[in-house]
Amino acid sequence: MSWILENLDTIGELTLVHLALSLPAVVIAFLVSIPLAWIANRIRVLREPLLTGTGLLYAVPSLPLFILLPALVGTSVRDPLNVVIALSIFGLALMVRSAAEALDAVTDDVQTSATAIGFSRVGRFFAVELSLAGPALLAGVRVVCVSSISLVSVSAVLGVNSLGSLFTDGFARDIIGSILAGIVMTVVLALICDLLLVLAGRLLMPWNKNAATVRPRLRKRRTQEAAA
Amino acid sequence: MIEFRQVGKTYPDGTTAVEEFSLTVPSRSTAVLLGSSGCGKTTLLRMVNRMVEPSTGSVLIDEEDISGVEPVALRRRIGYVMQHSGLLPHRRVIDNIATVPRLNGASRADARKRGYELMEIVGLDAKLGLRYPGQLSGGQQQRVGVARGLAADPNILLMDEPFGAVDPLVRVELQRELARVQEELKKTIIFVTHDIDEALTLGDQIVVLKTGGAVAASGTPAELLSNRQDEFVSRFLGLDSGARSLSAEKTDDGELLISDAQGRPLGVVPAQTDRADRP
Repeated sequence: MSWILENLDTIGELTLVHLALSLPAVVIAFLVSIPLAWIANRIRVLREPLLTGTGLLYAVPSLPLFILLPALVGTSVRDPLNVVIALSIFGLALMVRSAAEALDAVTDDVQTSATAIGFSRVGRFFAVELSLAGPALLAGVRVVCVSSISLVSVSAVLGVNSLGSLFTDGFARDIIGSILAGIVMTVVLALICDLLLVLAGRLLMPWNKNAATVRPRLRKRRTQEAAA
Repeated sequence: MIEFRQVGKTYPDGTTAVEEFSLTVPSRSTAVLLGSSGCGKTTLLRMVNRMVEPSTGSVLIDEEDISGVEPVALRRRIGYVMQHSGLLPHRRVIDNIATVPRLNGASRADARKRGYELMEIVGLDAKLGLRYPGQLSGGQQQRVGVARGLAADPNILLMDEPFGAVDPLVRVELQRELARVQEELKKTIIFVTHDIDEALTLGDQIVVLKTGGAVAASGTPAELLSNRQDEFVSRFLGLDSGARSLSAEKTDDGELLISDAQGRPLGVVPAQTDRADRP
């Protein structure tokens, strides 16, 4: 335990580095998955090849990918960019199918009515389809976020610093505190990010029934006050 | 004025939804397209705002062929109300109503102000404005739908079975409200329904459609009810079974007691007046 207390600074710093590697990957995976999902839904022949194809990317073993990327992208072996790119690919593998399904689930009724009242195609996509797919998209992003945060750790093997470095160092130097700190911080970080995503979802999508659980409670309190 | 000139619609797979249909809807009147499902009534309705392009013939609004009008711009000046209200579930009631003025370039404040005016016109409590559609009853949602259809102050209102999904009591109330709103605002309305009573209540003219958009009969409600020539029409309207035959019996006070086919009393005609202009 004393190791942890003595190295709080290092743990804090590695946590931030860990975040800096995983969050961009989540954002990239999300942004790239939306147009791909749109194409998959729009051009039906491409749907299965696209969804299965991107899904298969997840089957690429992570370590060889980390090693191959520098050769493909032209980065140096220890460039953090490799990690971000690899994680974006894994995130994309998870996200494209959920995004395509989320967008596909927006009912025809709403789309017809949006067209009928004068939304243009593009306007309808952003104002109606994307918003209504929100809750399902959020569910996909949560999975990608947690999975990216845990996957980043692998980068330590390549010498790119992250919370994973706490295990590799811990194992190499036989420091239990370091290993523990690495595991606990990764889990805590994933949980906090997930919680923040849920909160953001409630703020951005107050219309969503699953998020609107506050209402009955409020009403109950009000009736109790009225009774008293 | 809306004019259908021999319009037809054949889909690529060969099914014909509508064939050689012609109709003129005078300005500020209500035309009802009445028929069972599959008769092409919704197809005809959607030709007016170019959601369906006719394969043959043309649709004219105020003498202008709409095939030359940009569809999105056209739709923004035509009100549209549909079944299950078609409201955007992620926008508050007031913003749903304000959607079309917003699309037309009004500021958010102006559009919302207009939205509250419309809520009053369709008989909705302004307090409901900040709720989401999912928090409203079916009847209230339909009122919001009507308010949204009217928001851009269009000359034309297209209504596709707007009250089809609400319970019968609420439906009657909504029909009454629509009749009142129409009395006040005088829009040109095309109203699609399969409910005969609804057609008789709201239509200035009614077009009864058979499968494939063939016109079985058309005319004012009174003309239709006195038409027993066409077998399809009399069966569709229930004239053949006697369901719409009423009988009158003079009471001791000189009033006329009106009863329906089953002998259920419907009401009385007071002794003094002899008006019989309601079908």
